[in-house]
Amino acid sequence: MRKNWIVVPALMILLLLPALSVAQGVDEILTPAAEEQLEEPDSWLDAPGAVTVQDKDNDAGDQLLVSFEQPLYTDGIFAYNVYRRIVGEENWNLVKVIPADDPREFIDGYDPEYPIEPGVLYEYRIASVTVDGEEYFGPVCEAGAVSAGEIYHTGKTRVLIASILFIVLIFYYFGKAQRGIKMYMRPIAGIEAIDEAIGRATEMGKPILYVPGISSIADVATIASLTILGRVAKKIAQYQTPLIVPNRDPIVFTVAEEVVKQAYLEAGRPDAFDPDSVFFLTTSQFAYVAGVNGIMMREKPATNFYLGMFYAESLLLAETGSLSGAIQIAGTDAVTQLPFFITTCDYTLIGEELYAASAYLGREPKQIGALKGQDACKAIIMGFITLALVFGIIDVVANTHILDWLRDLVASPIME
Amino acid sequence: MIVMVGGILMILQYFIPHQISQTIFAYYTDWTPIILAFALVLGVGSLTRIHSHKIRRKAKNWQYSYAVLIPLFGMPILAHILPQSLGGGMDSPSIFHFFFMHVQVSIQATMFSLLAFYIASAAFRAFRAKSALATVLLLAAVIVMLGQVPVGELLGKWLPETGLWILRYPNLAAKRAIMLGVGFGMLATNLKIIFGVERNWLGGAGK
Repeated sequence: MRKNWIVVPALMILLLLPALSVAQGVDEILTPAAEEQLEEPDSWLDAPGAVTVQDKDNDAGDQLLVSFEQPLYTDGIFAYNVYRRIVGEENWNLVKVIPADDPREFIDGYDPEYPIEPGVLYEYRIASVTVDGEEYFGPVCEAGAVSAGEIYHTGKTRVLIASILFIVLIFYYFGKAQRGIKMYMRPIAGIEAIDEAIGRATEMGKPILYVPGISSIADVATIASLTILGRVAKKIAQYQTPLIVPNRDPIVFTVAEEVVKQAYLEAGRPDAFDPDSVFFLTTSQFAYVAGVNGIMMREKPATNFYLGMFYAESLLLAETGSLSGAIQIAGTDAVTQLPFFITTCDYTLIGEELYAASAYLGREPKQIGALKGQDACKAIIMGFITLALVFGIIDVVANTHILDWLRDLVASPIME
Repeated sequence: MIVMVGGILMILQYFIPHQISQTIFAYYTDWTPIILAFALVLGVGSLTRIHSHKIRRKAKNWQYSYAVLIPLFGMPILAHILPQSLGGGMDSPSIFHFFFMHVQVSIQATMFSLLAFYIASAAFRAFRAKSALATVLLLAAVIVMLGQVPVGELLGKWLPETGLWILRYPNLAAKRAIMLGVGFGMLATNLKIIFGVERNWLGGAGK
């Protein structure tokens, strides 16, 4: 019985041996092929190909357009490192890291640490970076072009044409006004109320507060405000009404002081100019609001002018002025602040009316000519808008694409 | 003449991307902070003069002038003489930092917060339906405001959609019209300044 028990497994092993040998044989056949597939690829296969470099158009000569060929195998590539050096130098600089999914074309020269010098020949080398941080370097490629600055930005031709057209129109109306041709000016309530507001303050014996906005002198709205200040100060000087001009910007303060002084001189009352009437308050936005609001509540000016550029403080100023009982005239080109002024002020100069105010107050021919030039420019724009409307309707009705043609003609992007 | 040459150069610079043009532009703009620094001295001088006069003449509310002059000179002195923390380390800030964070920032935040109350009172005045136009404004405001909050959608899907339509079409059209006018106004003002038609801002009204 014991012998029989040993024979059974022995027979089973004997029967299984051929099967095992067959299976082993199959393994021997399959293994080399599988190993061939799993073999580590040549490092050159994972590295990016040749680099193409072109000079970028419409720049200052500080940018190059770089592109490179994608590697054959991109599995496991995390990013590409772009190295650059001047031809003849030894050290490479890493100028850009491009994620694997991003386009393989980029503009070199944005990094201020590694600027592109005009007329200098560079060479590039791109490396594929694996998740482990290993780099597979592609060939060193000398740039096919050097960077050079252009003397005209071809993308701005439409702007140039429009600018020339508008300048010519404005000069045409300058000339027309100088020849004495009378031109109609639409009455603006806010500007017509300026005289009335100054008169009211004079009758009440109270000061006039003029806020020239809180922006810098670089803002055109501030310059427009200072031109109005000159006209207003001249009238105030004639009536000998006290004037208060608090300033937020130190440069605006110095200009405003000069403008008011000159206005008093022109009105023939230089002695009436109070050097303390124009002053600097603070550069801090809300500290300035606190200061001006304090003046409103203590001095109780009869008239408040808010002309220039305003931000979040517009309502704080105008609402306090409204509570103090002053007549208020505001004007700004800040679209977001206009509703606040319209709500709280008696008169508001909306957008371009701020720029027109000086011409309205001065009534000089050239100023009126400039206004008419502006109107002519707006008429051209209105013409284009009407044309776009008609073309849009034709596109819908006749299934054409003429609106796209007009859009390409007028409104193509100026920057690439 | 300086304004005219500078203005024309700046116009040309916009169309010339060349490095020489960019260098001239940078050279011009580099002057701004220098001028600002000198103007700031004049500004602080003006503020000091006015408030010292007030104190000397014992003018009305002259006591408030001390509240201007003491921090005006105190804060820079503290910042320069005692820039470091008295206790040492980051946990105990310097006196300047303490005053800045616990006085100036708090006061400024208070001023800004007042805006909420002012908006409420201004809205109350604006939305009184005194005329047909004011009623249209009130209705538009109610639709837009309700369209922005979740309860608006509960009242009806048309509410946020109508609110969005008002913002996207009539509102945007009006905004663009204003901005176009502003653009041309700026262009005309700049040309008037460059070619000497408008000299009032330099202190030469009507000349």
